[in-house]
Amino acid sequence: MELNNQAELSPYPVESSRQKENMSKKLLVLLKKLLTSKTGVVGLLIVLTVCLMALLAPIIAPYDPNKIDTANMLKPPFWLINGDLSHILGTDNLGRDILSRLIYGSRISIIVGILSVVVGGLIGVIFGLIAGYYGGIVDSLIMRLVDSFLAIPTTLFCIVFLTVLNPGLFTLIFVIGVTNWVMYASLVRSETLSIKEREYVKAAKTIGVSNFNIIFRHILPNVFSSIIVISTLSIAGTIITESSLSFLGLGIQPPAISWGIMLSEGREHLATSWWLSTFPGVAISITVLGIIFLGEWLRDVLDPRSRGTKS
Amino acid sequence: MWKYLFMRLLQIPPVLFIVTIMIFVLVYIAGDPVATMLPADASPEEIAQFRHALGFDQPFYVQFGNYILDLIRGDFGESYQYGTSALGLVLERLPATLELATASMVIAILIAIPLGIISAVKPNTVIDFFATSFSVLGKAIPNFWLGIMLILVFSVTLKVLPVSGTGSYAHIVLPAITLGTAMSAEITRLVRSSMLEILHQDYIRTARSKGLKYSAVVIKHAFKNSLVPVITITFLQAAALVGGSLITEMIFAWPGLGQLIIQAVYAKDLPIIQAAVFVTASMIIFINILTDIMYRVLDPRIKFI
Repeated sequence: MELNNQAELSPYPVESSRQKENMSKKLLVLLKKLLTSKTGVVGLLIVLTVCLMALLAPIIAPYDPNKIDTANMLKPPFWLINGDLSHILGTDNLGRDILSRLIYGSRISIIVGILSVVVGGLIGVIFGLIAGYYGGIVDSLIMRLVDSFLAIPTTLFCIVFLTVLNPGLFTLIFVIGVTNWVMYASLVRSETLSIKEREYVKAAKTIGVSNFNIIFRHILPNVFSSIIVISTLSIAGTIITESSLSFLGLGIQPPAISWGIMLSEGREHLATSWWLSTFPGVAISITVLGIIFLGEWLRDVLDPRSRGTKS
Repeated sequence: MWKYLFMRLLQIPPVLFIVTIMIFVLVYIAGDPVATMLPADASPEEIAQFRHALGFDQPFYVQFGNYILDLIRGDFGESYQYGTSALGLVLERLPATLELATASMVIAILIAIPLGIISAVKPNTVIDFFATSFSVLGKAIPNFWLGIMLILVFSVTLKVLPVSGTGSYAHIVLPAITLGTAMSAEITRLVRSSMLEILHQDYIRTARSKGLKYSAVVIKHAFKNSLVPVITITFLQAAALVGGSLITEMIFAWPGLGQLIIQAVYAKDLPIIQAAVFVTASMIIFINILTDIMYRVLDPRIKFI
């Protein structure tokens, strides 16, 4: 509806509908390209499955993930002796259904993965644009800040942050986001440096377009595809960071369910019940693999410079 | 070159200064830890006295000034847990971490270089497929989970390697494989792509048409030239290793810096955390500069500016 209204209001209705046609054509071309890349299709399928799992968790999970069932503690998966189809992937030390917990656990991974990339991306892109566009002392200051963040490993940084702040979902998103901004800042800065030398930016400057408009209307759209690519790829990293922090007990707090928490709970029963710590790790690995496949495919399609260097 | 080196070294102090400010601000936000350090039934006078002794009753700028002055003297305060110098405790644990890091690097290189070369020489074969899958999986599998799975297979089920701790060479195998695998994934990828690029160049064709043995061409002509980016990434990975070994050390009870940091985090032992972050950051800055310089020394085409 909204799109239609805009088309009617536009002074050039014909042009705008043609633009829309172009957009859908572009999307079609993109989709066709996706189908030619096997890993791209696999990646998309995995990501869609995980997202659906997260969205539909209450419907598809066979049990309440936090329901304690003392009669069915440490039950193995169905293909082992003592296991049966009532708990396909077995139960944990409190009799909770592993499959249901895995399904609910995907929610935290997806939420933290996406939101912390948004937080980091926003900070990084703004700093990168400012550093690249204005240059000079602002640039050197921001770059020294970038260097300082690079000198502290992500996990260490998050751990230190989480020691002094109260753990929880929003703290976690904020902390992972803040440690991530550096990557976006350096990328956007270097792209801005080259884009601002182009003719159309110089032309815009000459006719008196404000710096704000140049940065957000003329430079940002041209950096956008690179931002999309590294955001996708870095969701993979943030999911791993989230699970490792939750594994350490510094991230998500029980009774909330995270794959990292499941791993750390399962570790205590490693000698007797291997399934507790195996399945959450498989879930993390498959999800991350899917995101990497999708991200690399996006890079090949959106970023023409990296074409052919794919290994 | 000396000018470049000088300029590069000049960047260290501001970066370290910003790092220390960040650490200080974090600790300041944390508030004073006195409440958690004294027994619950401590009287208000005792608390006040304790706060005064640790300097937590002074204004922000005084605390910051004292902090910087102490830092210049290499004094991060005393560990709340052990009562001895925090920096001393950190430096005491450093050799174990470096030992583990070295072992992981050796493993990573031993896997990555042959695998990368073979998959570049024989692209689109089974071995190439294996190498590519290995490098993607190495990125996707969380390090700490790999460690747990290795314990499950080799210590719990097969009982061939110890679960955790130190004491013999067998103890370092599993943690080193855990850290080395992720590292070698990245290096394999790079060896493969830079070898592929080089193998298509004219001088390789020339060398082969002279009738030289293929293996000699691959090793002497191609691999030598692919080394520059490979060495660079190996060093950068080593820097990442210093921080990445945190959880691996904890899982394997390896008595290094990582274990010390995790224990300090649980005990809210801020002096140790400050000292550890400072030491780690300094090491990483040092490795990065070393990498930069090596890169330029190894490849004479890159000019010092």
